[in-house]
Amino acid sequence: MKNSSRKLLSRLLLAGLFATLLAGGAYAGELEDKGFEIAARSDRSDRGFTDSVVDMKMILRNAHGQETTRTLALKTLEIPDEDVGDKSLIVFYTPADIYGTALLSYAKILDPDDQWLYLPALKRVKRISSVNKSGPFVGSEFAFEDFTSLELNKFTYKYIGEEVCGDFTCDVVERFPRYENSGYTKQIAWIDQTVFQLRKVDFYDRKGALLKTLKLEDYREYDGGYWRAQTLRMENHLTGKSTDLIYSDYAFKTGLQDNDFQKGVLRRVR
Amino acid sequence: MKFLSSLLGFAAVAIPLQGAAAAELGPLDISGFIGVETRVFPFSSQFSGQAGNAEISLIVTPEFRYRTSDGKHQFSFIPYFRLDSRDDERTHFDIREAYWLYRGGSWEILTGFNRVFWGVTESNHLVNVINQVDLVEDLDGEDFLGQPMINFTTFQNWGQIDIYVLPGFRERTFPGSEGRLRAPIPVDTSSPVYSSDLGQKHVDVALRYSHYFGDLDIGVYYFWGTGRVPTLVPNQAGSALIPHYDIINQAGVDLQYTKDAWLFKFEGIIRGGQGGTFGAFVAGTEYTFFQVFGGNADIGVLAEYLHDGRDASAPATPFEDDIFAGMRLALNDIQDTSVLVGVIVDPSSSETFYTIEAERRLAQHYVIELRARFFTGADPGEALFAISRDDYVQLRLARYF
Repeated sequence: MKNSSRKLLSRLLLAGLFATLLAGGAYAGELEDKGFEIAARSDRSDRGFTDSVVDMKMILRNAHGQETTRTLALKTLEIPDEDVGDKSLIVFYTPADIYGTALLSYAKILDPDDQWLYLPALKRVKRISSVNKSGPFVGSEFAFEDFTSLELNKFTYKYIGEEVCGDFTCDVVERFPRYENSGYTKQIAWIDQTVFQLRKVDFYDRKGALLKTLKLEDYREYDGGYWRAQTLRMENHLTGKSTDLIYSDYAFKTGLQDNDFQKGVLRRVR
Repeated sequence: MKFLSSLLGFAAVAIPLQGAAAAELGPLDISGFIGVETRVFPFSSQFSGQAGNAEISLIVTPEFRYRTSDGKHQFSFIPYFRLDSRDDERTHFDIREAYWLYRGGSWEILTGFNRVFWGVTESNHLVNVINQVDLVEDLDGEDFLGQPMINFTTFQNWGQIDIYVLPGFRERTFPGSEGRLRAPIPVDTSSPVYSSDLGQKHVDVALRYSHYFGDLDIGVYYFWGTGRVPTLVPNQAGSALIPHYDIINQAGVDLQYTKDAWLFKFEGIIRGGQGGTFGAFVAGTEYTFFQVFGGNADIGVLAEYLHDGRDASAPATPFEDDIFAGMRLALNDIQDTSVLVGVIVDPSSSETFYTIEAERRLAQHYVIELRARFFTGADPGEALFAISRDDYVQLRLARYF
C-alpha cells in the first residue's frame, strides 16, 4: 500500500514535470520569437541610412575618477544584406601620438570580422586578428564587440517583460551571442516601445556575472527618421572604471563609396 | 574719385569673397613631434675616431596637412630634422613627405615626396624597395628618406594596382667616422658610383598589385631601377668605403594568412643585377594569447626564418640563414604600453642580435620610448663583428602636438 501510493505520487510528479517542461518549451519559443521581433523592429528602424559620418570623444575614467580623452571619427557604410555586416572606418585624432591611426573593419555575422590597422608612423597597413572581440578597445571599457556587433543576426533573443525606463516604457529582451569568442554569456537589452531604440544594456561575463552596464542617452532623430544616441556611458561594475562616448552631430548619406573602405586608402584618411 | 570708390567697392566685395574661399579650403592641419633622444654605449669603441660612449639628439618633425573641402585635393608636408651631439652624418635634414594627392572616382594620383611601406614580417623588411633607408636613424630599416614619385593608384573590385614612376635617386645615409654602428672604415657618401650612366637621374619604375581574398592578403610587385642597397667597396687608399649603386630588376611578393589568433607571413624577393640572380625570403608566424592572466594584456609570440641566397658580389647581408624569435606585449591600457623583444640567431655561426623596443604614453602629449640592441657571438670577419662593441640603450622622450 505504502509502496504503491509512493509510486503513484512519483508518477504524478513525473507527469507534472513533463507537462511543465512541455508547456515551458512552447512558451519559451513564443518568448524567443517576441524577443527577436522587438530586436528586429529596432534594427529595421535604422534601415536605409546608407552611410554615416560622426566625430566622437571618448572619455576614459579610472576608479579614482581621473580622466583621459581620445577623439576619433567613425565612418560607416551600410551593407543592406542582413547576412553581411557593415563596413566601418575609425580614425584617431588624439592623443596626438596616435593621430592618423586607423582601423578598417568589414563586419561579419558569425565569423570574425576582417580588420586592418594602419600605423601612420611607419605608414604600414597590418591585417590583424579580430578573433578577440571582448578585449578593451583602446584601453576603454568598451569591447570591440560592444559597438560593432550590433547586427541583428549576431544574437538569439528572448523576451522577458516590460519595464519603465526613464520617460519610456521599454521591452526587456535577453540576447545571447551566436558568434564565437564573445566575452559575454548574455546581454539584457532595454528597447523603448515608442521609437524602438536601445536605452540600456547589461553585459554578463563568461561566468554569468553582471560585468558592465551601457546607458544610451540624448537620442536625436535625424532626417529620414534615423535615431542616434549622442551619449553612451559604459560602466564596469568589476573595476569601477567607466567610459563615455560623446558623439557630435551625425551626417547621413554623405556619398561614401565602397572605395572609401579599402585598405589602400588608409594612407590618406586624415 | 569714381575710380577710387569703385576700387573701394571692389575691395569691400573681394574681402568677404576671400573669406568664403578660405572657409571652403578648410584649415591647415599641423601635428608632429619634438623629441630628445639619448644613446648610451656601455662598451668603448672599436675603431679610431669613434667618439664617446653617449650621444644626445634633438629631433623635430612637424607635419602639415591640408585638404580641400571636397576632399579631392590633399597636400602633405613633413620635414624631418635631427641634430646629433656627436656624429655629423647623423645630424641631417630630410623631406619625408611633400606631395599633392588628387582623388578621382576609383583612382588617385600622388605627386611629390612620399614613403611607401609594404610587407608583413617583423625581423626584416625585404620587400620594401621604393624608399631609401635612412640608416643613421636606426638599423631596423623602418626609417625612410622621402622618395620623389608619381604614384598612380586604381581600386577595382579585383584588387588595387599601383604604378610608381620614381625620378631622382636618394643615397643611403651612413654613420660618419665619429659614429658608432659602422664598418671599420667609414663610408664616404660624397662620391657614390652608379652602374647606370644616368647616375642619380635614372628614372626607376615599379608596378604593384595588392588585394585580399578572405583571410589571405597578397601583394606582388616588379621593380626596375637603381637598387636602394649599395655594395660598399674600399677606395684605393683603403681609407673609406665607396657606395656602388646598381641597376636591378626585382620581383617581390608579400602574403599574410590571418586565421583566428594566428598570422602566417611570407615575404620574398628575386633580384637580378647584383652578382648572380638570387632569391631571399622571410617566412614566419605570430600567435596572440588574448587577455592573458585574466587581465587586459595580450601577448604575441613570433617566430620567423630568414634565408638569403646572394653571392659575395652582392651587398652583404647578415641574414643568410637566421632564425628570429620574439614576443610582443600590449597592455591595452590607456597609456598604450607595448613591448617587443626579439632575438635573431645565426645557427651556423652563433652570431646573435637582441632587440628590445618599448613605449608608453606618459601624459596626453608625451611618449617615452626605449630601444636596446645587443650584438654577441660574432667572430672577426663575420657581418656583425664590426658592431660587436656597439650594444646600446636608447631612450627618447617626445612631445607630440
